[in-house]
Amino acid sequence: MDDIYKTLCRIVGNEHCSNRPEELFIYSFDLGTFEPKRPDYVVAPKSVEEIQAIVRLANENNIPVIPLGGGLSLAGLAVPLKGGIIIDLKRMDKIIDVNEKARYALIECGVSQGQLTSYLEQHYPHLTHSEPGAPPAATMAGNIMIHGQGDLAHPYGFTSDMICGLEVVLPHGDILRIGSSAINAGWFSMHPLPDLNVFLGWYGTTGIITKLSIKLFPAKKIRGFGTLVVEDEDLVPEIIYRITHTQLCEDIIAFSRAIPPFASGLHHITVNIGADSEKELEFKQEIIWDDVLGEYIRQDFAGYLGFKRGLERPQVSKTSDYKKGGGFEYVGGIMPVETYPICYKKGREISERHNIPYTVTARVIGAANSMMFAWTYAFNRAEPESIKQAREALHETDGLVLELGGVIWKPGVYGQRLLMERLDPVTKDLMKKIKTLLDPKGIMNPGNWEIF
Amino acid sequence: MTLNNFPYKDIIHRCFRCGYCKFPVNWTDVNNCPPYARFRMESYSCGGRLWLMRAWLSEQLEWSEHLAEILYACTTCKNCEIKCPLRFSGDIVNMVIASREAMVEKGTIPNKVKTFLENVELYGNPYGLSKSRRASYLYDSVERFKRHEYLLYIGCAGSYDDRAKKAVLALTIILKKGGISFGILAEDEVCDGNEVRSLGEQGLFEMVAQHNIEMFKKNGVKDIITFSPHAYHVFKNHYPAFGGNFKVYHYTHILYQLLKQEKIKLKDSSGLKITYHDPCFLGRWNREYEIPRKIIEKMPNAAIIEMEKNRDASLCCGGGSGNYYIDLLGGSPDSPARRRIREAYEVGANVLITACPKCLIMLNNAVKEEELEGHIAVRDLSEIVLDAC
Amino acid sequence: MTNLTFDIEICISCSDAACLTKCQHISIQRDVAHKDILKIARGEDSPVLHECVTCYACEEYCPYGNHPFYLIVERQEMLGISPQPSPLIKRAINIGIPFRGEPDIKEINGPVINIGAFSPLKHLIEGKLFEGLTVISDDERKMFHYFCQLMYLHYGKISIIKERLPNIIANIAKHKPTEVICFHDECYGAYTSFCNAYNIDVPFKPVHLFEFLYNRLTVLKDTIKPVGLRVAYQRPCSSRLSPDKHKFVEKIFKLIGAEPVKRKYADENALCCALTIQGQKKEGSRKRALEIQYKNIEDMKDSGAEVCVFNCPACYDTLSEKVSQHGIIPVFMSDLCRYAIGEINLENKRFINKYG
Repeated sequence: MDDIYKTLCRIVGNEHCSNRPEELFIYSFDLGTFEPKRPDYVVAPKSVEEIQAIVRLANENNIPVIPLGGGLSLAGLAVPLKGGIIIDLKRMDKIIDVNEKARYALIECGVSQGQLTSYLEQHYPHLTHSEPGAPPAATMAGNIMIHGQGDLAHPYGFTSDMICGLEVVLPHGDILRIGSSAINAGWFSMHPLPDLNVFLGWYGTTGIITKLSIKLFPAKKIRGFGTLVVEDEDLVPEIIYRITHTQLCEDIIAFSRAIPPFASGLHHITVNIGADSEKELEFKQEIIWDDVLGEYIRQDFAGYLGFKRGLERPQVSKTSDYKKGGGFEYVGGIMPVETYPICYKKGREISERHNIPYTVTARVIGAANSMMFAWTYAFNRAEPESIKQAREALHETDGLVLELGGVIWKPGVYGQRLLMERLDPVTKDLMKKIKTLLDPKGIMNPGNWEIF
Repeated sequence: MTLNNFPYKDIIHRCFRCGYCKFPVNWTDVNNCPPYARFRMESYSCGGRLWLMRAWLSEQLEWSEHLAEILYACTTCKNCEIKCPLRFSGDIVNMVIASREAMVEKGTIPNKVKTFLENVELYGNPYGLSKSRRASYLYDSVERFKRHEYLLYIGCAGSYDDRAKKAVLALTIILKKGGISFGILAEDEVCDGNEVRSLGEQGLFEMVAQHNIEMFKKNGVKDIITFSPHAYHVFKNHYPAFGGNFKVYHYTHILYQLLKQEKIKLKDSSGLKITYHDPCFLGRWNREYEIPRKIIEKMPNAAIIEMEKNRDASLCCGGGSGNYYIDLLGGSPDSPARRRIREAYEVGANVLITACPKCLIMLNNAVKEEELEGHIAVRDLSEIVLDAC
Repeated sequence: MTNLTFDIEICISCSDAACLTKCQHISIQRDVAHKDILKIARGEDSPVLHECVTCYACEEYCPYGNHPFYLIVERQEMLGISPQPSPLIKRAINIGIPFRGEPDIKEINGPVINIGAFSPLKHLIEGKLFEGLTVISDDERKMFHYFCQLMYLHYGKISIIKERLPNIIANIAKHKPTEVICFHDECYGAYTSFCNAYNIDVPFKPVHLFEFLYNRLTVLKDTIKPVGLRVAYQRPCSSRLSPDKHKFVEKIFKLIGAEPVKRKYADENALCCALTIQGQKKEGSRKRALEIQYKNIEDMKDSGAEVCVFNCPACYDTLSEKVSQHGIIPVFMSDLCRYAIGEINLENKRFINKYG
C-alpha cells in the first residue's frame, strides 16, 4: 500500500480516507459542465489539526490539495485539475459560538448555510444571516471563498463583506488568524489591523479557511416579498435605483425566463421587506409600492402582484431538470445595474442560439453599486451534445460579461484566463508574488488562479 | 443488465446532487441519510450512489466489493424521496432496488447479502434457523389460525430474535386481553419478503410472496395484523400485484381501536419520559405518524417528548433493507442507531418507544454501544402498553 | 366569432338598474346608472368601465339574466380600458399557456372531477366524499389544458376566453365523462353561465362542487358529527355566475351542524377578497384592497365567526393568513365537510402554511 495513503489514513482514520475507485470517481466531478479529473486520494478530516497534518504531508511530497465544501460552485472550482488530495471539509461542521449581542457567529468551515439557518431559527429567531440562493448543502466557507451573495446583499453587500475574522491553514501547515481574533480579542471585527486578507476569492489557492466569523443581522418578525412586473427591460435599472433609494428593503431580485410561460418576456422584480409589526410593514409598503412605484403602475408600465409573507427559498436545483437531464450551470457577472437591459437581451439571444430556454436573474448588491447577473443554461447530463451546447453558451457568456464592462463572478479556468488577459499588470504581478510567497510549491488547488 | 435495459435509464442521470436528500425536514444537519451520516463521503450520499450506479451500469466503473457495499448500505428509508425537490423523487428508491437487481443478476453481491437471501430461500428466514422453530415460543400461548377474525403475522425477527420475541409476546397478551380473535400460522408463514425485494432478489420475493399468499388463502385469512411495519408495507402495497388482497393492519391500528373502545385501559405511567421513534415503513412509507403517538398519549401521566427529528424528519435506525442483519452501517459512533439513541437521550427521554422489530433490535444494541444502559431503555410500543395495562 | 347574448331592450325597460346601483365599489345614482348601462350597451365610454373592479357581482344583481358583467368586460376590451396594467395582463395571458406537452387523454365513461388549474390542491379532493370519482387530470404539468380561462374577465380580455375555452371543453369531452364535478365554481360558471351567454356548446353535464358535496353528505349522513362551529363564508366572485347554487352553502352548513353567523357582508352583499383589486391601475388600488379586506374580516370577527369557509383558492391564498391572524380558522368547504365526517381535524389549519 502506498505510504501517502497510509499516512493519510493515520491522520483522519481509515474510514475517512480513500483511494478506491468509487470515491475517486465521485470526487472527480463538478456538477456543471466541467470535464471530470480524478483525484488520487479523498480525505474527510474532522479537525484543524488533521488539516494541518494533511497539508504538511502534501507539502513535503509536492502533492496538490483541493479543499472542497458543498461542491456546488458549478464552475469546476474544486475539481482536482492536477490530481492530488481532495479534502472534503463537511465533517468540520461545528457552530462554535453565536455572539448574540455583537451579532456574529463563529463557525467551522464545513457548516452548511442551511445548518446555520436552522440553528438561528431555532436558537436565535431574532437573528439571521445573508442566506445564499444556493441549495442548503452549500457551505458558508465555500460561499465566502467565491464572494457569494445572499438575501441581505442589498443592505450589506457580498457575503465575503460580512466576515469578522478568519482562521486559515496556510500551505505549509501553520495556522493564521485574521481580524480581532488575531490578538485573542474575540471574533467581532476584521478591522482595524493592517489588512492581511488574501484568501477570499482565491478558491483555496493561498490557504484553507478552517473557521470563520460571520456577521448576523436582525431577523424581522415578518419577512416576505412583494413583486412588481414590468415588460420593458429598459425600466428595470431606474426602478431598482428608486427602490434602493428608500433603504427599506432586504433583497431585490429581477428575473425573466422562458419557462414557465408567465415569466417569459417579462421582468419580475421581487422586493424582500422585513418588519416587526403590521404598522412597520404597511409603512414600508406604502412608501415602496404607492409613493415610489405608484406612478409606474398608473402609467401602465408596471403591475403590482402583491405581498407574500414568508421567504420563498429558491430551490435552484429544480433548474437542473429543465431538460430532464440533471444539469445546469450559469455564468454570473458582477455588473453595473444599468447593464440589465443589454444583459437580458444578449442572454436571451445566446440561449436561443444554443437551443436552451432562457433564464436570467439579477440580484442587487449594496446600494445598487452592482448586481450579480446570472445567465443559466440547463443541459442533459446523459447527452454529450447537450453538455457541449451548454458549455459553448457558458464560454460565450463569459466573454459577454467582459464585453459589457462587468467582471466574471467565480470564474472557472476558462473565465480566469479571460480575466487574466485583461488584468492590470501591476495587480497581476502582486497576485503572483502573494501566491509564490504563500505557496511556493504551487500545491494549493493548482490550475486555479495560475498566473504566468 | 446494462444501462440500455435498465428500467430507469431515462431518470438515473437526472439527479443533480444538490444534497437536499441529506437533510431532515429543516436543515439542522446533513445526517438524515443513514449511509451518508455513517461514512460522510459523497460516494455514500443518495446522489453519489445514483451516479456510481449509472457509471457501473454504463461500464465506466468496474464492479468492486466496495461498490456493492455502497449500494447495499442504503436502508431504503425514503428520507431522500421526501426531501428531493425534483419530479423523479418518487423513483429514487426504485432506482436503488433496480441497481441491486442488476447486481443480483450478475451474482456480484456482498457475502452477507448473499447469505441473507440464501437463508430466506432455504429456511424462510434470514437467520438460517430451522423452519420448524418459527415462532415456536408462542405455540403454548397462541392458537393456530383457524377461522379467527385476524391472522397475526409474526415475521422473521419476531419469530427468532430474542429481543423482538419479548415484544411479540407482549402484543399477544394485549390482543387476548382486548378480546381480539386471532391466530398465527407458525411454521406455515415464511419471510414477508420486504427486505428480499429491496435487496434486489425479485424472483425470491415472488416466491415468498406467493407462498404466503397461498397459505393465507388456504387458511381463509381475510384480515391480517402484522407485528412488523415492513410486513405491513409489503402486504399492503406489493402483495396485491400477486393476487394477495387482504385487509392489512399494523398492530398499532388494532391497539388504538382497543383503547378507543376502552377494551383495554391504561394505568398511571408517571415517571416515564417517552420519546417515539418513527419506523420508516410505518412513517415515511405509509404516512402513519399519529396512531402510535395517540396510543402513547393515552398513557396517564406519561411525559411525551418529541425528538427534533420526528415524522418526515425521522432518522432511520439503520436497520432497513436487511441491514439489521447485513450490518453495513454498524461499528461506529456515527452509525445511525447510535446517533438516534443519543438524540433520544439528549432530549431527556428515559424510554424510547418504537413499533418495529428492526428498530427495536438496532436501537436496543445502540444503547449498549453508547453505554447508556440505566439511562434510557428501548421498548416496543406493545411492551409499554402491556406494562400499563 | 361567438357573440354575447345581450338584450338592450331589457335595459331600456328596466326601472332600477340594479346591476350598477347595487355595486359595492361604484357609487352611482339610479338615473345615471340607467343611462350608463345603455351607453355601455351601445359601445360608448362610461366612467363605469374605468371604475369597475371586476367583482362579477352585477351578473347576479341583474334580475333578468342579461349579463351586464360580460357586457362590461366586452366593452372594456373593445375600448381598450383595462382595469389591470399591461404587464399583469401579459403575465396572466401567459399563465394559461400549456407548456409541458399534450394532455393525456383517458376515456373515463363515468363521473369525473375536474380540478382545472389547481392540481397542487388535489389533497382537497380526497377521502370518502370523493370516492368513486375519477380525477380528470391531476398532473401539474398538464393542468392548463383544463383551465377554464374565466380569470381573464378580471383583465378585460374576454377574447382570450372565447378563443381558448372551446379547446378546453374539447379536452374535457375527450375523456368521455358522464358528468363533470367542477372543483372551482369559476369552472362551473364557465361551462354554464358563460357558455350559455355565448352559445358555446358544452357536451357534458357540469356539476357544482357544493351541490355534489351536499348530495354526498346526504348519503353519508350517519357518519356526520355536527361540527358546532360558527362559520363565515367567503363568497367568491365566481359564485355570482351561479347564484342558484349558492343555496347549497347554507344547506351544507345545516347538514353538518355549522352555524352561519349573521353578518353584514354575506350573500348578495358579500365582499370580494380583493386580490384582483390590489394590482389595478387606478390610484390607491393597493390600499383599497386592504380596506376591503379589513372591512370583511372585521365583519367576520364582529359577528363571532370561528371559521372562515372558502370556496375559491385565490380567496384562500389572499385571505387565509389574514383571517388566522384574527383568530379565525381558514378552511376550504371540502375540508370542513371532511372534518364533519371525522376524516381530518381542523386544529392544524389554524396555523397557516401555503394552501392549508
